[in-house]
Formats: sequence, C-alpha cells, structure tokens
Amino acid sequence: MAAGFKTVEPLEYYRRFLKENCRPDGRELGEFRTTTVNIGSISTADGSALVKLGNTTVICGVKAEFAAPPTDAPDKGYVVPNVDLPPLCSSRFRSGPPGEEAQVASQFIADVIENSQIIQKEDLCISPGKLVWVLYCDLICLDYDGNILDACTFALLAALKNVQLPEVIINEETALAEVNLKKKSYLNIRTHPVATSFAVFDDTLLIVDPTGEEEHLATGTLTIVMDEEGKLCCLHKPGGSGLTGAKLQDCMSRAVTRHKEVKKLMDEVIKSMKPK
Amino acid sequence: MEEEMHTDAKIRAESGTGSSPRGSGCSLRHFACEQNLLSRPDGSASFLQGDTSVLAGVYGPAEVKVSKEIFNKATLEVILRPKIGLPGVAEKSRERLIRNTCEAVVLGTLHPRTSITVVLQVVSDAGSLLACCLNAACMALVDAGVPMRALFCGITCALDSDGTLVLDPTSKQEKEARAVLTFALDSVERKLLMSSTKGLYSDTELQQCLAAAQAASQHVFRFYRESLQRRYSKS
Repeated sequence: MAAGFKTVEPLEYYRRFLKENCRPDGRELGEFRTTTVNIGSISTADGSALVKLGNTTVICGVKAEFAAPPTDAPDKGYVVPNVDLPPLCSSRFRSGPPGEEAQVASQFIADVIENSQIIQKEDLCISPGKLVWVLYCDLICLDYDGNILDACTFALLAALKNVQLPEVIINEETALAEVNLKKKSYLNIRTHPVATSFAVFDDTLLIVDPTGEEEHLATGTLTIVMDEEGKLCCLHKPGGSGLTGAKLQDCMSRAVTRHKEVKKLMDEVIKSMKPK
Repeated sequence: MEEEMHTDAKIRAESGTGSSPRGSGCSLRHFACEQNLLSRPDGSASFLQGDTSVLAGVYGPAEVKVSKEIFNKATLEVILRPKIGLPGVAEKSRERLIRNTCEAVVLGTLHPRTSITVVLQVVSDAGSLLACCLNAACMALVDAGVPMRALFCGITCALDSDGTLVLDPTSKQEKEARAVLTFALDSVERKLLMSSTKGLYSDTELQQCLAAAQAASQHVFRFYRESLQRRYSKS
C-alpha cells in the first residue's frame, strides 16, 4: 500500500517522513550516508581512488603526462579534471557527447581545484618554459544515487593524495627528459577541500546528502566546499528556493563537522596505505 | 508607432556616488536598460552595467518538443552565447545557474507543456558579467509578460587581499581580487536564490557580502520599478 502511495504521490509520501524528522532510508535530516573510500586500486594510473557515498559510486584516476607550459605562465603546470556520467550509472544519461549535468560537474571540480589551491601549479614545473606536468583527472560515476558533487570532490582529493610522480631530469647534452621510475615522490597537497551538499524542500527544510529521489523532489540544492581552516572555496547554489542568512549559517556549521569526519576517514586510509 | 514609444523609454539611473571614479564601499556602476528592442522575440531587454552589456531575448510560452515536455510545468531553457568563440563548459555551467534561478521565480505551472526560452548574448564584458546576465534575463522575462512570483537581480561582490568589499567590480578589480562572489536575490524577501563564488573567503566575509548585496539590491529593484513605470505611463 505504501508502495502504491509512493508511486502516485511521491512528494506527499516524502512529506510524511519529513514531518517526523526522518527520511525513508531511516536517516536523520542531518546525517550522511555511509562513506567508504578505497585508494590506489588502479595500478595503471598514477593515482586513483574509489569513493562510495551510500549507493553513489565515483572512481577517480589521475594520469600524469608531459606538456609545454603556457607562454603567459612558463612555470605553471596543468590540472585538467573531467567528470563522466556514462549511461551505466543511471537511465537518465544517454551515450554521446557529455550532457549538461556532466559539464556542470566538470566545471564545478575545475573551480574547486582553482579556488582552493589544492596543488600549487608551480610544483608541477619540471623545467620553466620547456616542460611541465599535466595531471589528467578523470572522474567516472559508476552508480548515480544523488550527491555526485560531494563524491567527486572526495574522490579527487583522495586520488591526488595517492599520486606519485617520478623524478625527471633534463639531460643538458641531449636536451631530452630522463624519467627515473624508481624514484617517486608524492604531491604536495596544500589544502583539503571537502564538499557538503544540501537539498531544500518546500522552501524551508534543509536535508543533508540527498539521494537520487530526494534530489528529484527537492526545490533547490546547495553545495558548500570548505577547507580545514573553515575558509570557503565554493558556495554553489544553482537557483532554487531562496535561503535566508540564518539558514546559511546552519549549513556552514554542518559543513565544518562534515569536514572533520571526512578528514579523519582519509587520514586513516592513508595511514593504512603507507607501509606499501 | 507603439514600438518607437517603447524604445523612447530608455532609462538612465544613477545610483551611489557618481559613475567614475568610484569610492570604496557600496556603490554600483551606472546602469541602463532598454526593453522591446528586438522584433522577433516575445520579449527582449538590453542591460548595461558600466561597460558590461548583455542582450536578452525571451521566446515563450511556446511549443515544446515531446522529449522535453513536462506534464505540469513549463520547460525553461537558457542559451548563453559568449562575445567571441564557441560556447564551452563554462557557459553551460552559467546557463544552468541562470536557468535554475529563473525556474524558482517563473510560475511554470500556469503554462504546462510549453517551453520558455531565454537567449542571452554578451555584447561587452567589463566585469560582473553573470550579474548583468541575470538582470537582463529578468527584464526580458518581464517584457515578454511571463508570469513570475518575484523579480530577481544579480549583484557581484569582490573581496580584495585586505578584506575590503567592492560591489559591482570592473574586470581589473575582479582579476586583482582574492574572491569574487555573485548572488541572485529575489525582490520579495531578499532571499538568496543563487550564489556562485570564486576564490577563498571566510564565513564572516560571506555574511558581510550577502548583507551588502541585499542593501544594493534595493537600488536595482527601484531601478526596475522606475523603468517599468516610465515605460507604461506613456501608453
């Protein structure tokens, strides 16, 4: 009987749960789904991470290649993110050129990298004006169940922490680059941006970490990206119902707690990886 | 003809302390708006903020492709064309921001199974582009007679390295700023409809910028009101 009601009036069905301050999957309004992260699973990539946020699964692979630096910034490397939402993850995506959702997500990740200064682009320089590293970060969603931006940001951060770049020396006589694969070093990750997404219901209620169905029923979404000092890298609110300043403050405090949870999880995983 | 009367209603409003040079603090650049300047679209508007200029055209409510129709609402589409080059991923992201803002205010349920298309063309970019696009889109929607529950406006704030706030920055100020925040606010309760930010800033700075933007939005809404009053009082 409940299943019938859910099909016919999904919004009313959902409101019944919200009135009791909980959600159909049993979570509180401010509770995140179980987050799991697996680092270094792709051996062919220079760095990789798989993040699962409930059912939402995103895998990030980072490949490093050589490139010539831009003429207006000869000592800066490149970080090129790309988010792919294949038809595998959800029936709403078709094969072919990237749809709007994928492009918006790619732009969001590019903005997070740029704003948070997660990597200093000067660190990627091998020889100013001649050779720099370019990091291609490919994020592929394997299962879409809402909150793709949080999962992508976390996967990117974990993969970048896992990236090991070999030492490169430019041979002065031949002017060729010699790569020493035996000597590898980790990237210098300066900040740890963590994204927290909210969905707005009926212009008043805010819930954290929406699932696919909740995103569909919501009247607006909000994503806050915060680093460890409490500084905001991104406040992404693409339209939707209005929010007052007070509601924003509540979201900020939730984002701060989430940052601590995520940082703790990642530190545990990195620690367990180190002896390898 | 009626068309000429409408184009005569060109309004120039001066807000804040003169046009240039601007004092530090909360003053907006000189802005101007012209409505009903294109003959094909149902509604059109050109919005100027300082040297930034955006032309908007609205078609709708019109027929919609069966694949895109929504049974109980109007389908809103936004197309943003940059001044030079082909539209890229950044334009797609901006289109999504503008579209969601318009969806929040347009009463789509009054026109189910129709499409409302907003086309924006960047004529010149001298800073605060997204805010200018939002203002042009709002004026064009009003000109087309699309039912809305509120008007909206876009305000850009720039924070420089020592924390001073500049509203409606020029391109030079945006480049030198530590953070640039763009907000879309509605006219009824000044709630935050859309926000898009660049750079690092703290929580208190965000609240400051939001408060400044809410104060500045009053000028913009007053300008909308005067501009529309002048236009309709002649006919």
